[in-house]
Amino acid sequence: MSGTIDEATQKELTTFMEAQEAQSRLYKQIHKYTGLCWDKCIPGAPGSQLSNGEQNCVINCVNRFVDTSMFLMKKVESQRDQATFQ
Amino acid sequence: MSSFLGSLTGSSGSSSPSSDMTARKEAFKENMRQQMAAESAQELFSTMTDKCFMKCIAKPSTSLSSSEETCLDRCLERYMETFNLVSRVYISRVNKERPV
Repeated sequence: MSGTIDEATQKELTTFMEAQEAQSRLYKQIHKYTGLCWDKCIPGAPGSQLSNGEQNCVINCVNRFVDTSMFLMKKVESQRDQATFQ
Repeated sequence: MSSFLGSLTGSSGSSSPSSDMTARKEAFKENMRQQMAAESAQELFSTMTDKCFMKCIAKPSTSLSSSEETCLDRCLERYMETFNLVSRVYISRVNKERPV
């Protein structure tokens, strides 16, 4: 077959695609947090720039969302472990 | 993934096969990068339009008023600002959380 890819190329492209997919997941998160923190932190008519208060709110919003996610993850995992060991 | 790789293995010119493969490989990667960037831009634009419509167009009338347009202008800029800020904060948080 004339069009086959050698093993090294295949490996390189698999690595490349995995990195692309990881980046895609990262961007999906960023889009989600932008929408979420926009709703929480930027009430009312948009000004000519984000105020300090709004910026701090966005920074806290992202970090507390990550905290929330990890907190709930741990809870669910420990409940699941308890269920398994019963 | 074989369908993506298919674009690499299609009919080819008759130049040196290794440099030809390298060129195809790079073209494929560039194509994937551009496709991803386009999808991300589209998602940003789509969400931003929803958010700014909700924020700026309280009562849809027969046309956009100039104050609504001003609001949309600012909303667009603030949404991009928020996106950039969220990117910075989230990426640095992800790097911090990554187990060493």
